[in-house]
Amino acid sequence: MIRKFVLLSFTLLSSLMFLVQLLSLQIFNQNYDELSLNNAVEKRPVYPPRGLIYDRNGILLVANQPVYDLMVIPEDIEVFDTLELISFLEITKEELIKRLRNVKQFSSKRPSSISRQISKEKRALFQEKMWKYTGFYFQKKTIRDYTLPIASNILGYTSEINSAELKTKNDYDLGEMIGRQGIEKTYEKILKGKKGTQFFQKDRFNRIIGSYEEGKYDSKPDAGENITLTIDAELQTYGASLMQNKRGGIVAIEPLTGEVLALVTAPSYDPNLLVGNKRSENFRTLVNDTIAKPLFDRGLQAEYSPGSPFKTLNALIALQENVITPETIFSCNQGHFYAKGAFMKCHCQVGTRNNLLKGVYNSCNSYFAKTYTKIIGKDSTASFGLERWKTHLERFGLGNYLGYDLPIGKKGFIPGNSYYDRWYQKGRWGPSTIISNAIGQGEILSTPIQMANFTAAIANRGYYIKPHFKKLNNKILRDSLFNKSHTLIEARHFETVIEGMHQVVERGTAKVAKIQGIEVCGKTGTAENFIRLNGEKTQLTDHSIFVAFAPKENPEIALVVFVENGYWGARWAAPIASLMIEKYLNGKVKRTWLENRMLNGSLISEYMKPLSGTSFKINE
Amino acid sequence: MNNTLFFRLDWISILIYTCLVSFGLLNIYSATYQQIILMPFNLSTVVGKQFWIFIGCVIIFPFILYIKSNFFEHLSYIFYTISILSLLGLFAFGQKISGANSWYSIGSFGLQPAEFAKITTALVVAKFLSGIQTDIRKRNYLFKILLLILIPVILILLQPDPGSAFVFFGLFFVFIREGLDLKWLFFGLGLIVIFITTLVLNPLMVSLGVGSIIFIIYRLIKKSNTKLNPFLISLGACVCFSFSVDFIFNSVFEQRHRDRFNIILGLETDTKGIGYNINQSKIAIGSGGFSGKGYLNGTQTKGNFVPEQHTDYIFSTIGEEWGFLGSSLLICLFTLLIFRIVYRAEKQSSIFRRVYCYAFASMLFIHFFINIGMALGLVPTVGIPLPFISYGGSSLMAFSLMLFIYLNFDSQRLL
Repeated sequence: MIRKFVLLSFTLLSSLMFLVQLLSLQIFNQNYDELSLNNAVEKRPVYPPRGLIYDRNGILLVANQPVYDLMVIPEDIEVFDTLELISFLEITKEELIKRLRNVKQFSSKRPSSISRQISKEKRALFQEKMWKYTGFYFQKKTIRDYTLPIASNILGYTSEINSAELKTKNDYDLGEMIGRQGIEKTYEKILKGKKGTQFFQKDRFNRIIGSYEEGKYDSKPDAGENITLTIDAELQTYGASLMQNKRGGIVAIEPLTGEVLALVTAPSYDPNLLVGNKRSENFRTLVNDTIAKPLFDRGLQAEYSPGSPFKTLNALIALQENVITPETIFSCNQGHFYAKGAFMKCHCQVGTRNNLLKGVYNSCNSYFAKTYTKIIGKDSTASFGLERWKTHLERFGLGNYLGYDLPIGKKGFIPGNSYYDRWYQKGRWGPSTIISNAIGQGEILSTPIQMANFTAAIANRGYYIKPHFKKLNNKILRDSLFNKSHTLIEARHFETVIEGMHQVVERGTAKVAKIQGIEVCGKTGTAENFIRLNGEKTQLTDHSIFVAFAPKENPEIALVVFVENGYWGARWAAPIASLMIEKYLNGKVKRTWLENRMLNGSLISEYMKPLSGTSFKINE
Repeated sequence: MNNTLFFRLDWISILIYTCLVSFGLLNIYSATYQQIILMPFNLSTVVGKQFWIFIGCVIIFPFILYIKSNFFEHLSYIFYTISILSLLGLFAFGQKISGANSWYSIGSFGLQPAEFAKITTALVVAKFLSGIQTDIRKRNYLFKILLLILIPVILILLQPDPGSAFVFFGLFFVFIREGLDLKWLFFGLGLIVIFITTLVLNPLMVSLGVGSIIFIIYRLIKKSNTKLNPFLISLGACVCFSFSVDFIFNSVFEQRHRDRFNIILGLETDTKGIGYNINQSKIAIGSGGFSGKGYLNGTQTKGNFVPEQHTDYIFSTIGEEWGFLGSSLLICLFTLLIFRIVYRAEKQSSIFRRVYCYAFASMLFIHFFINIGMALGLVPTVGIPLPFISYGGSSLMAFSLMLFIYLNFDSQRLL
């Protein structure tokens, strides 16, 4: 009887075994489901166009342009005209062979690029010959296109993400563009948009044979948002041209809103240098220029002694602290002894008696040294006075990051107790020890944007709004994001100082900055500076500084101009600032003689001096 | 009244047959479908060919039914001889396709004599065993019948088509049914166990294992008159077999043969080379999940990841597109069909017809076991089709004929 059931039991056992295997493959092992999707379906990202960038008046600054990667599938290559291809790619035959070998090593079935970011013009020329190149094809990509050769320091740049970054940023794919610097970096999320996805059905040779399920699972990309900057492209361009052949920076702010109108650094570079297939080569050149430092944004990153413009702040603090009144008179005899045997020089004539107004517009060193001594000496100990003074300055945005929306910057430096205690030992220093602070020299450091910012605070009579580069058109949002940062100075104290600044232009140190029909307020600065040359502290020609705002009532622009080694404030900085104001407020510049002098003026020879290796004279 | 042919027919088997062939056509269509609508009735397409073969089978069905079973019985040796000649003729006139000399080409069709040799061998075995004096327990009869089987097997092996040749071992079940000593069954099973364990482990460990098992059995059943010798002999045979398997496997087999076994036994993982088919098939089936991806929606199928998907690996399409539901239903249908045939065979009044039906069921089982087991990664890769389902004109034709003959015999079972 068993005999009749042998075949049946074998059949039954096999069926059961099959069912168990089916259960384990289909029901309990989800792994096979994913595997199948991995090898039969290709998920390809669809990149949205990156958001465009406009200036405050709607001028397009950054657009996108198509470029093409020359792709190759090594397996499909047939005999082709090597000479024609290498002349197109501008590489040697050896290089081509090397590249082809590399891509073949990677995969002979999958496409790899052998030349990247070929311009659309170049590609158009070659496209008609492509039929001769089996296995090669162009793949479109978009990169940035800069319509104007300006503002590279603000806009920043993009480049392909590298494999190290990919480890931490998992929503990027290899070769995807990412914002590296400036606005591109800060607003990366907004500009980037949201990637879409397309699914393709593949066959076993990894070839795409169509869209998967007629695109049922595909998602469309969301285009990146466009950004409007606070920058005025025309003013920015103008500032850049005024700064040519000079080193330094211009920062212009609209005081009422904190919007940065122009941020010029000189020397700079054409943003178009950092796109396309010459990108890495150009970038290396820029990085390697360690003398002119074109990638260094002097407006944001350079920490300078603020020089005489700083006197306005000391005046305001003294008024608020009630250690002087506008009528307080200090005498000056080409300077004064601030301590036994210690003389501070001044350009005032012997027997000059300055009140605050005259002190400001004549930029009297003695006046502010004495004022500063009073501020620091107000309390029982110098450290109390110094801390109070420091607090005031910090409320002007000095000594710390301003919090603007660009990824780089410097804190600057306002010395406090701890600094001097460490330097001189506790109780061993007093106002006379740190007297240089009175005139914006000494230990104080500030960046140009900080100086522009405190100038805006003066223009606003007591408050500033955090400088920023992205324009918000929604007033409610703007007000909530950018509230007034008040200084500790009462509004009434500003009038004397502002009048003093007005007189600087009218009759003081910067008459050159006077503009017909506009009440300009400004303050010149001449900052001593030193470098270490062959291990020795060497003094260079003074920096030329000018801070200004205009008009005096309801100011529309506050700015700082910083020209390295420009000798004195009124020589370069003041005229440039004045031209900037005229340009911004009047739309055009009438004083062409001054304009030409600034445009053509060059300080290259001055910058070459310390590099010459021979001894040189400064301030000539 | 109930005696007409119509009522005597095994309608259950006919129903299962129709279901299987239709399901097969659907899946061949899917496996060869490439986003463009194929003309399913066009002879130039794979489905079209299969469809017209099916129509041809339907047409000859009534003719087969009306033939007396005696006709097959009397002519079985003639059929067998023709079939052997056609196998021999392949060496002269055959068409070599992918390395095997298995086909005659007739127009756009290929004729595979090996498929038909299964029918004729089944018939001749049935005829031989139904002989009045034939006793399979006797060695000379057993030898003769083995010879009858080995002739086509060797001819097919020479093509070479080891898959088809292997099917003939299904007739072993027939011998068991017809009285072959059951010790051969246990012997066969024992060989298989030793074979597999030798490959997985090593001959020394297998020998030790077998030795201890035999020792335990001996101690358990030991009586005063139990002799030790048979146990020692079987132990020696097992040890010899184990070592010779090891030797043959490592020294006689070619690497590709070794690979097939190694992959199934999990001794080697190779998803790109020889293991590719099995792995892809498992992926396709696994990705089907419970209810499948839906007809024509199999991504693995569309991507042509599984080679030979419309022929030997058709089950992976079914697994992917119809899921656990569809594939288990298919397995149940096959099981049901085999059970049905065996059940009806037992009711036959004539030994000839019973043996034939049994032979049919056994061959069906071997195909079913090897083909689905292979797609599921349980059995080494042996290229044989899934009856009624896989693409292949000769296969469909031959299995249909076998089924029709079975239906014929079944309808005459009481004669």
